[in-house]
Amino acid sequence: MIPISWYLVLSLVLFALGAFGFIARRNVIIMLMCIEIMLNAVNISLVALGRGLEDTAAHLLVFFVIAVAAGEAAIGLALVVLLFKKTREVHMDEFRLLKG
Amino acid sequence: MTYVVWIPFLPLIASIITLLFGRWYIQKRAHWLPCIAVFGSFLLAMKTLIAVIHGARASFDLYSWIIADTFKVGVGFQVDPLSAMMMAMVTCLSFLIHVYSIGYMEDDPGYYRFFAYISLFTFSMLMLVSGNNFLQLFFGWEAVGLCSYLLIGFWYQKKSAADAAKKAFIVNRFGDFGFALGVFLVFLTFGTVYYQPVFEHVHEVAHETIRLFGHDVLLVTLMAVLLFCGSLGKSAQFPLHVWLPDAMEGPTPVSALIHAATMVTAGVFLVCRCHEIFELSNVAMAVVAAAGTFTCFMAATIAPTQFDIKRVIAYSTLSQLGYMFMACGVGAFAAGMFHLFTHAYFKALLFLGAGSVMHAMHHAPDPTDMRYMGGLKKYMPETFWTFLIASLSISGVPGLAGFFSKDEILWSAFASVYPWGKLVWFVGTLVAGLTAFYSFRVVFMTFFGEFRGREVLHGHEPHESPKVMTIPLMILAVGAVVTGWLGVPSALGGSNHFAHFMEPVLGHPHFHLSPALEEHEHLVELLLMGVSTVVGLLGIYIAYVVYCQRPELQRLLPEKCPKLYRYLYRKWYWDEIYLYSIIKPTLFLARGVIQGVLDSACIEGTVNGIPDLIRRGGEGLRKLQNGVVNTYALIMATGAAVVLLLIYLF
Repeated sequence: MIPISWYLVLSLVLFALGAFGFIARRNVIIMLMCIEIMLNAVNISLVALGRGLEDTAAHLLVFFVIAVAAGEAAIGLALVVLLFKKTREVHMDEFRLLKG
Repeated sequence: MTYVVWIPFLPLIASIITLLFGRWYIQKRAHWLPCIAVFGSFLLAMKTLIAVIHGARASFDLYSWIIADTFKVGVGFQVDPLSAMMMAMVTCLSFLIHVYSIGYMEDDPGYYRFFAYISLFTFSMLMLVSGNNFLQLFFGWEAVGLCSYLLIGFWYQKKSAADAAKKAFIVNRFGDFGFALGVFLVFLTFGTVYYQPVFEHVHEVAHETIRLFGHDVLLVTLMAVLLFCGSLGKSAQFPLHVWLPDAMEGPTPVSALIHAATMVTAGVFLVCRCHEIFELSNVAMAVVAAAGTFTCFMAATIAPTQFDIKRVIAYSTLSQLGYMFMACGVGAFAAGMFHLFTHAYFKALLFLGAGSVMHAMHHAPDPTDMRYMGGLKKYMPETFWTFLIASLSISGVPGLAGFFSKDEILWSAFASVYPWGKLVWFVGTLVAGLTAFYSFRVVFMTFFGEFRGREVLHGHEPHESPKVMTIPLMILAVGAVVTGWLGVPSALGGSNHFAHFMEPVLGHPHFHLSPALEEHEHLVELLLMGVSTVVGLLGIYIAYVVYCQRPELQRLLPEKCPKLYRYLYRKWYWDEIYLYSIIKPTLFLARGVIQGVLDSACIEGTVNGIPDLIRRGGEGLRKLQNGVVNTYALIMATGAAVVLLLIYLF
């Protein structure tokens, strides 16, 4: 059996990849994907810990999170499509409407 | 005697009503209420005076004003010969001048304001003279100062008037500062500010000293000199005399009532009221005599060089006030009060006469300039005759009021025990001649010769003033003659009722003559009278020669001694001296040091610096909010990482 620590390391690596991508990339689609990666990294750690601690509540929670994340991704993509239609632009550093 | 209370309060009520409703409701009828109120006060004051002559005295508190531990003081009234005489004189003159103002101030846009102020002044002056304690005296003192300020600056649109008002107020501040310290010292010494206990106990502290800057000073000397500071300011004596000539910017009735007859004599009243304190200190008496003598002489030398009719009379007021202080300085307080009393009538008359002349000349660009007058005798006979009587009276022509009071002062000075008495007498006699000269210079320049103002009047003829102005002049002219008869000295076969009336309050002057002179006391007195009369008549004669017979002599002094003439014409350069020694350094201190360093750098630095710091900080923080989502994510991630690291480490 694979020890839990391996899952946790995988989760950490995935989260770091997602965070780096979110910070470093400008394309809004990729940024959304990075968010999903981070989310799923957390899911992995949750499931792994649930298994290790023998608590099925964690599995239920993860399913729930995946369902909600699907809806959230749909809304996010819809917003991106609208934004692109309006501005013909997908690079997030071009949007500085909240500049102080 | 409680009806005395109404003497000051009637004008106060009239003043308040006029001030509140004058602008919209009373308007052109504003004179009625103040005139009636002051006339009521006058009747009550006469009733009081008659009661006092029959021996009535009173001193009572109307209202407890301040009670603080041992310090108790009330709004109180003292009825004695001194206050009764002052009240009668003030109300009488005030009433006549109120009536005169109806004509003089006609058509002025501030008609109601004028009557409200002048009524308020009457109230203040009456409070000043009728109080039974120093604090009420101080209240009246400041209130008359305020009214004087308001009335000098009555035509506040004119810059010169507004400046003169400020000057009067600020110069008086110096004197009042000393006066207030004097009152504090009185309270510190006696534990009360009421006249009666103070004057009863003042003899007990006659030899007490107080350490001041390393010297032992007699307590009474310090007290008297501090109180006298107030007199210097209010009565415009050297070195605080500079405000009075400028105060002539106010309307002429104000000059007559406030700056000649009543308010400026408050200083003399103060010295007389406190004569128990002054008499205990030779130094203080010398100070009083010196200030009076010097001012008397200085003003009399300036007056003949001025061309503004009101300024000449203003300098004459300074000079006459100097006489009163000379009398006080040789211990002849009753003589000082007597001169105050007679002077009030003839000086008010001179000013009102000048006002009447100005009324006739009001189409001229400068209606006070005597160089454009002359020959007004035939245009305004009533003004001329009354003005002439006043001038004769002030010149000391025998039989008129000024003669008796002036000679009483000169005789008291000559016979005085004080060593400076003879000097005072000499200067007084000299000034009597100068007084006659400049008074008749005004008469001859204004009323005699040819009228010189045709071209400046643009075809208007000078005209006599209305009855409402000339009748007060005539009444005052009677006063300028008969008031002197109250104090006919025994040398002339009279019995000097005035001095006897004042004796319970003011006491006797202390005379000391060498035995040879003492035998022929009356003869010496008559001789001195003769001397001063001859000097006065000589002054009149010189004025007649210079200004009527041989006008070319007028150029003598300006051409032969231009330096001396300029010195006198510029009023001994006192204004310039004060400008450079006091005003400029004060302004430098205020603008350069206080405003420049303290205000701009310290206070404004703090007040403006704090918001500036916040604004700059905000500018800096603003840079963080660049609107790029990636940056925010980076910062957030870094923050989270730092937090985790800290948790891991500790």
